Amino acid sequence: MNTLVRRFRPEQIRELFLVFLILVIVVFFSVQIEGYFNARFANRLSTSVVVVAILAVGQTLVFLTRNFDLSVGSIVGVTAYLVGQTLWHHPEIPPLGAVALAIGIGMLMGSINGLLVAYGRVPSIITTIATLAIYRSFLVEYSHAVPITTNNLPDWIVELPAGKLFAVGQVEFRVLFALLLLVVVVFQLVLNRLPFGRRLYAIGSNPDAARVAGFPAQRIVFTAFLLSGGLAGLAGFVFLSRFGNISVLAGVGLEFASIAAVVVGGVSNNGGSGTVFGAFLGALLIDLLENSLFRWQAISEFWRDAILGMLILLAVAIDHVVIGRLRIAWARAGLQMTTKEPDEQTEEVTHVG
Amino acid sequence: MSARESVLVPVWQRLKSWEGMLIVILAIVFLINSLIAPNYLTVGNQINLFILSIERIIVAVVMAFLIINGEIDLSAPSIMGLSACVTAFLFSQGVDFGTALLISMSIGLACGLFNGFWVAIVGLNSLVVTLSMLICYRGLARVFLEDRSIGKLPEWFNSLGQQKLLGPFPLALIIFFALLAFAVVVLHYSGFGRRVYVIGNNKDAARYSGVKVARVKMTLFIASGMVSALAGLLLAARLGAVRGDLASGFELDIVTMVLLGGVSIFGGSGSLYGVFLSIMIILNIRNGMSLANLSGHFQTGVIGLLLICSVLGPNLAGQVRASLNRRRRIRPLQGSQPNGPGLSQDTDQVLHASSSSE
Repeated sequence: MNTLVRRFRPEQIRELFLVFLILVIVVFFSVQIEGYFNARFANRLSTSVVVVAILAVGQTLVFLTRNFDLSVGSIVGVTAYLVGQTLWHHPEIPPLGAVALAIGIGMLMGSINGLLVAYGRVPSIITTIATLAIYRSFLVEYSHAVPITTNNLPDWIVELPAGKLFAVGQVEFRVLFALLLLVVVVFQLVLNRLPFGRRLYAIGSNPDAARVAGFPAQRIVFTAFLLSGGLAGLAGFVFLSRFGNISVLAGVGLEFASIAAVVVGGVSNNGGSGTVFGAFLGALLIDLLENSLFRWQAISEFWRDAILGMLILLAVAIDHVVIGRLRIAWARAGLQMTTKEPDEQTEEVTHVG
Repeated sequence: MSARESVLVPVWQRLKSWEGMLIVILAIVFLINSLIAPNYLTVGNQINLFILSIERIIVAVVMAFLIINGEIDLSAPSIMGLSACVTAFLFSQGVDFGTALLISMSIGLACGLFNGFWVAIVGLNSLVVTLSMLICYRGLARVFLEDRSIGKLPEWFNSLGQQKLLGPFPLALIIFFALLAFAVVVLHYSGFGRRVYVIGNNKDAARYSGVKVARVKMTLFIASGMVSALAGLLLAARLGAVRGDLASGFELDIVTMVLLGGVSIFGGSGSLYGVFLSIMIILNIRNGMSLANLSGHFQTGVIGLLLICSVLGPNLAGQVRASLNRRRRIRPLQGSQPNGPGLSQDTDQVLHASSSSE
């Protein structure tokens, strides 16, 4: 037991638990639904998870600093609309240019959030509830209720969701999913390896101590919001390519979807704990549940949301109980070790962050 | 002694100035509106502007309790939808009003109990619990009505929403003011209200000093569930038709009303007077802008802007004042002897005051 506990950090146990839950769901529905887990389902899942998972990565960065970003739903809508409109009038813009434009627009909106929260000292929930409304009303006024439709977009962006890098049998490794994996890996490395990432954890676990230690707290919180905005812009680009038809209501409700993913993924909203990979698993779990319940004939489609909400709660509750137990066991083991080998102590402490 | 005073005074001043600021904003809104629209100040319009969002403001009163307590109930609009859907469903099955009312109120009770169980007893985060229940209760509402809408509610039930009951006041408005008066007494003049604040300030300290934290939280969630169920019925009566997505998206409106009222999202501070003023401001702004033919999304944007400015303005003013004070106090220090702890304590206090405004 001790060696097992020593080998894993609580965050890793949490991620393993999520993987286990995902497997349980797959096995359960495989028994219930005939021909459930086929290549088409895997392909559909890998496309549908992208938007929320990218948002969840950005939300994780903000959550780590003890803040919220509720405005991402509107950022997605505004970015999708503006990029769609630009491509409509200038179809010659190359794909990378469109992505850069999307990220830029997102970062602009994210920087407004960041300025208000970090330098204006407005609580993040107030700021982002307000900017959620402001960005949305900007979109409504700006668009004059003219929707973007698939017909107006250049072909490459409409075909992008089906585009694949390579295929193993019928399971395709699609471009958008590759983009998502890239985002997850890059930000996981940033959090683990770069000083900026470690400082995000430090500020979230103890803002006062971080300030006393001389961290540029304001700049770090600002950067977290900036990155969250940029990722929401990227998600807006994916949203545009996936749906093609963008009305003024595009992206409504995505803020709650991303928060649900992050929370199921084990990122604490008290800051300072959680991983990008966990948030990705959370988004995958919820998306898998949604898609599976949709295909389950045993229940009417109207039961879907009711069961989904309940299952999200159950996932969090089980996690709370299991991880709580493990954390106690782990702390006890750590305590025993530190009394025996004082040198290990510092190493253990650095793992906590 | 002097230290305690200098800690207490800024808090008191801040509270006072917050509500003072809201009154000033409200006066400006009144003035502009009455200049723009001549029929703005009629009794009919003033009652009408309340009636148009009466369900939201009823729930906002209870939400203020929860946020002061350090929790939040995002599932309230879904409970509204659920109770309205169940009642409409029962009506369509020919159940009489008394039973339907009883059942829909017990649904509110059950939802509140369920939320409260996970938050108060298991100890999960209320944001997480009520966010997933926001999805779940909404889903249950859809189970009852699927994608139909029920429009044939009994005639007398529909008239509950609009019919004037007492002078020019319809039932829903009377319920709101009765609830508000009751809430003010409970929150500001009772032991229970003090416990709500104490828990919001510091949950652990409250528990160690013998406050039954779980019981208070449970009571608040049950109250929130039942009031939401009632508000759902009022909304159904006002609209005259019920659909599965009734009241969806109200959660942000309701939270905005409470936060603009000066209630801290971290719990422990704020007052119902502030919440009432912020409700008045939001309703009057919306009404004035509707009279000026501005769209609903635009109105929400303006209210968002107001929300940010109302926090940002005092913060910036406080920062400027703090830096001025610091400069004024530190300057005599240079050259002369460091004057013992008294002086440095004062500058500390200023620093604390500015950092507490985060």
